[in-house]
Amino acid sequence: MKRLRRSLLIISGNNPKHIQDAPVFDPDVVIFDLEERVAAPDKDSARNLVREALSFLDYSQVEVMVRVNPLDTEEGQKDLDRIARVKPGALIIPKANEQVIKQAEGLLTKIEKEEGFPEGSIEIIPILETASGIENINQLISSSPRVTGLWFNGEGLMAEFGTQRTKEGAELYYVRGRVGIACRAAGIDAIDTIFSDGNDYEGLANDASAARRLGFTGKLALDGRQVDTLNTIFQ
Amino acid sequence: MKNILGREIPDYIEGYGEVKPFMGAFANYGERAKASVTLRSVKPGEKKLLASIEEALDKVGLKDGMTLSFHHHLRNGDYVLNQVMAVVAQRGYKDIHVAATGIFPIHEPLVDYMKKGIVTKISVNYISPGPVAKAISQGLLRHPAVFMSHGGRPRAIESGDLHVDVAFIAAPTADAYGNVNGVGGPAACGTLSYAVADAFFADKVVAVTDHLAPYPACPIEITQDFVDYVVQVDSIGDANGIVSGTLTVTKDPVGLRIAKMAAQLINEAGYIQNEMSFQTGAGGTSLAVAAEVRKYMQEKNVVGSFAAGGITGYIVDMLNEGLFRNLFDVQCFDLKAVASYRENPRHQAMSGSLYGNPHDKGAIVNNLDVMILGATEIDTDFNVNVVTGSDGVIMGASGGHNDTAAGSKIAIIVTSLTKGRLPVIKDRVTTVTTPGETIDVLVTERGIAINPRRKDLLEKLKDSDLPIITIEELKKISESLTGVPETIEFTDRVVAVVEYRDGTVIDVVRQAKE
Repeated sequence: MKRLRRSLLIISGNNPKHIQDAPVFDPDVVIFDLEERVAAPDKDSARNLVREALSFLDYSQVEVMVRVNPLDTEEGQKDLDRIARVKPGALIIPKANEQVIKQAEGLLTKIEKEEGFPEGSIEIIPILETASGIENINQLISSSPRVTGLWFNGEGLMAEFGTQRTKEGAELYYVRGRVGIACRAAGIDAIDTIFSDGNDYEGLANDASAARRLGFTGKLALDGRQVDTLNTIFQ
Repeated sequence: MKNILGREIPDYIEGYGEVKPFMGAFANYGERAKASVTLRSVKPGEKKLLASIEEALDKVGLKDGMTLSFHHHLRNGDYVLNQVMAVVAQRGYKDIHVAATGIFPIHEPLVDYMKKGIVTKISVNYISPGPVAKAISQGLLRHPAVFMSHGGRPRAIESGDLHVDVAFIAAPTADAYGNVNGVGGPAACGTLSYAVADAFFADKVVAVTDHLAPYPACPIEITQDFVDYVVQVDSIGDANGIVSGTLTVTKDPVGLRIAKMAAQLINEAGYIQNEMSFQTGAGGTSLAVAAEVRKYMQEKNVVGSFAAGGITGYIVDMLNEGLFRNLFDVQCFDLKAVASYRENPRHQAMSGSLYGNPHDKGAIVNNLDVMILGATEIDTDFNVNVVTGSDGVIMGASGGHNDTAAGSKIAIIVTSLTKGRLPVIKDRVTTVTTPGETIDVLVTERGIAINPRRKDLLEKLKDSDLPIITIEELKKISESLTGVPETIEFTDRVVAVVEYRDGTVIDVVRQAKE
C-alpha cells in the first residue's frame, strides 16, 4: 500500500522539545529542518541534535525527512554526510536542479554502501522554488529514482519574483497546476507550500483544498495545530 | 508515623502542634460544631472610621503572637498586606502569624519580616512561585508554613482550628460604617469571597479602603455588622494586578492536543448534557479544554446549570452565550469577570466556605460534574503534587485543587507528559496535595490514563479511539524520553505542613538539601 504523505509537519532541527513532541500530532511525515529554521551559528548543534534524535527517539509511527542546507555549501555537505548515516526516510534538498540531485544521488549511494543500508533506501524530495526549476520540472523528477515527491515552495518563488504570497493564492494557480500534473504523471507525491497563518484554520482549509484540486497529495504543516485539517483534506 | 498514603509525617510538629494524619478523602464527615465569636458590640452614635492603619492597630489592641488575616482578590496587585505589615514591623511587634488566603511576589517584604522574627508563621491556601515561597523552602520561617485548601481554610476558621485575631479586608468600596463591596472604586476586583469567613469569625475586622462611598455602599457583600473599623488609605492596590497568569486559550499545539482529547473524553463519558456543571482553572491548557467543551455544548445544544471557580472572561463569554445558566464565582481572574459580576445577577459570588468547605451542609464542589486540574507531578496511584517543583522548592499550594477533586464527578488532570525535560509521572510524588482516590483521569499528549478505581469509566470508554493506556505505561513512555531523574534529598526539617481540606495532614514539605 502506498504510504500517505498528507501532512508534513516541519520542525526546527534546533528545538529539542519540538523534536520530541512532533509525532504526537499524528502527522504522516515529520520534517526536521536544518536550513531556514536554524540560524548560522547553530547549524552544528542542530545537526547533532537531529542525528541523536533519529538514533534514539521512537519515530516508528511517522516517516522522517530532514531538510538539509543547499549542497553547494559546506553546511549542506556536512548535513548530508552526517544525517544520511542515521538513515532518515528522505532528504529534502533545497535549490534543487538536475545536477544537484545527481550529486546527492552519488553521495547517498556511497554512504548507503559504507553503512550497509540497502541501496536506494534513502529517498530524495527536491524543493521546487525557482522559475527555472519549474520550467525544468520533468528533468528534475527523472534525475534520480530516489525522487519520490516534490515540495513546491511558494514563498521561495515569490521571493524570486520580489513579491509576496497572498492568502487566496491566485498567484500560485498556474504553478500549482503544473506541479500537480507533472507529479501525477510521474507517479510521485506533490507536496504543497506552507500556509503560514497558524491561527487561521479556515484559511488553511481553503488553501489546502485548492491545492488538492490541482493535484497535490499533501501539504506542509507549520505546527501541530494544522495536522488534523491536512489529514482530513488530503484523505 | 505514616498516614494512609504512606507519607512519613511527625506526630508533633513544633510551631504546628499535634498532627492529625490523613485517613482518606471521605473519612472525616459527620456532626460538626462551629466556633463561637467574641465581639465588641457597637453603641448607636459610635464611629468606625479611623484615620490610619496605625490607629487601627491601636484600636484592635495588636499584640505579639497574634494572627492577622488577609485575602488575595487583588492578587499580585494587592497593597494592603504590605501596608499593614509595614506598620506592624515599624512598631516592633514579634511572632506574628500571617494567615493569608494567597501570597504573591508583590508580598516580598514578608521575607525580611521572616528573617527578623516579626513574622514567624504563615498559613496560606495559594502561593505563587516567588520570593516568599522560596524563603519558606529555605527555612527562613521559624515555624512551618501551613498550606490549606480554599475550602479547608474557612473550615479551619469556622471550626476554631484557625483563630484569627484581626482580619484586614482589602475593600475596593466601603462606607464609613463598614459595609463593603468589591465592585466599585479604582481597585474593583469583583467578589470578596475568601474574606467572608474571616469577617464572620475574626475577633476584630478592619476594612481598608481607597474608595469611601456614601452610606450604604450597595451592593453590599460584607455587611456592617461584621466590621469593627474602616480605614481609608490612598490605594489598596492595582486592579490590573489581578490579571496574573495565563488567561487566554493556549496556542501551544501540545496544550491544544491535550485539551482536544480531554474534551472528547468528557463527551464520550456522557458528561456533555443539559444541566451539566463545569469548572476549569485559568491556565492556557485548562481554558483550551473549556474551548473544546464549548464546541461540544454548541453542537449538542446543551445548556449547563453552572460553571464555577475563579472566573475568567472566557467563562463569562460562555455564560453570555447561553451555555451556562449561572456562574458561581469565588474570585474574578480578570476585569471582564469583574464587570460581569457587577452587572449580571446570574453571575453569583460564593464564599470560600460555600465553595469547598467539607464540613458545612454541602459545598458547591459537591454539585460539580466536571473538574479540569493541573499537576506538577502525579504518581502511579494518581496522587497529585501542586506544591513542590522538581527541585523540592515550593511553587504553589492547593488552592481549590483537592476540594474540587473530591467533590466533582470526574476530576481530570491535564498536563504535558514532561516538564522542563523531567517526567511528570513518578512512582511517588514529592509532596501529596490531592489524594489519588479523588483523581479520575490523567490526559497527556501521548496518552490517557484512567484511575483503575473508575471501572465505570474504563467500561464506558473501552471502544473509544482515544489513546487510553495504564498510568504505568505512560510513565514508561515519559521516562523513555527523559530518563529517570535523581531523587531529591531533604533534611529532616519540616518547612511546611500540607493540610487536606478536612484539616488532617496529608503531607509535609521538608527543606531540600543544598
